[in-house]
Amino acid sequence: MSATLDKSLNDLIEAKVKELLDQRVETLVEEKLKKEKESRRKRLAIAVVSKGTIETAYAALILSTTAAALDMEAGVYFSFFGLNILKKGNQDSLKVVPLGNPAMPVNMPNIVSVLPGMTALATMMMKREIKKKKIASIPELMQIAIESNVKLWPCQMAMDMFNLKKEDLMDGLPDPVGAATFLEYAAEADITLFI
Amino acid sequence: MPGAVKADQTLDCKGLLCPLPVIRTKQAIDKMTVGQVLEMISTDPGSVADMAAWSRRTGHELLEHRTENGLFQFFIRKTK
Repeated sequence: MSATLDKSLNDLIEAKVKELLDQRVETLVEEKLKKEKESRRKRLAIAVVSKGTIETAYAALILSTTAAALDMEAGVYFSFFGLNILKKGNQDSLKVVPLGNPAMPVNMPNIVSVLPGMTALATMMMKREIKKKKIASIPELMQIAIESNVKLWPCQMAMDMFNLKKEDLMDGLPDPVGAATFLEYAAEADITLFI
Repeated sequence: MPGAVKADQTLDCKGLLCPLPVIRTKQAIDKMTVGQVLEMISTDPGSVADMAAWSRRTGHELLEHRTENGLFQFFIRKTK
């Protein structure tokens, strides 16, 4: 009789201990996962490839500087004509191209926008609006990007193609890298964009 | 209760457009000490949703938000 009692008591204790242990382990695992998730900052990776125009620069710089303001890591890869954005002294002379752009505020037929001076005219008008509306300028955003540790990588192959040296690019940039370096960074990214 | 929050510092972002109000807020918060409250005033209607998103992402607490005569006023407590 007492042996049966002992056994059922034992079973009860065992079941209770197991339940408590399970609960404890579950809490610990949850805490650890939460900590790990919190300790890893979110990451944004942008590949700017095809264009060196003013709107391309805006898209990349606004998103990457805002990512940094949101405590994220951000890296942008500049290749082909996008490299133009990083050329020394070039940040304030990027252009908007009206040719083949059907969304210009003052719409003109391509036969007109092909004329000499039309790109300069459209750029002048856009920059006047940017200044009037107090929109951040490209040099200003570039400065913020560098100060907030956004990585602005020049593409090494594009540098070779355009015969550019590191000293032809603006100051404060990381060394030029290849596709593998960017992809390794982007592989760990939470957001990847192609602009 | 509106007006109950007291700011340690005020940041004027009137006239600035996206992304500057968020970026200036982040720069100002970085220079403050934990527990201090920053008041940010903007005229950018987008900053209402943007400041809420910024607060959720960074963990800095958005204590209060008011809209008055086209001015958007935010009170943010630095949490870390």
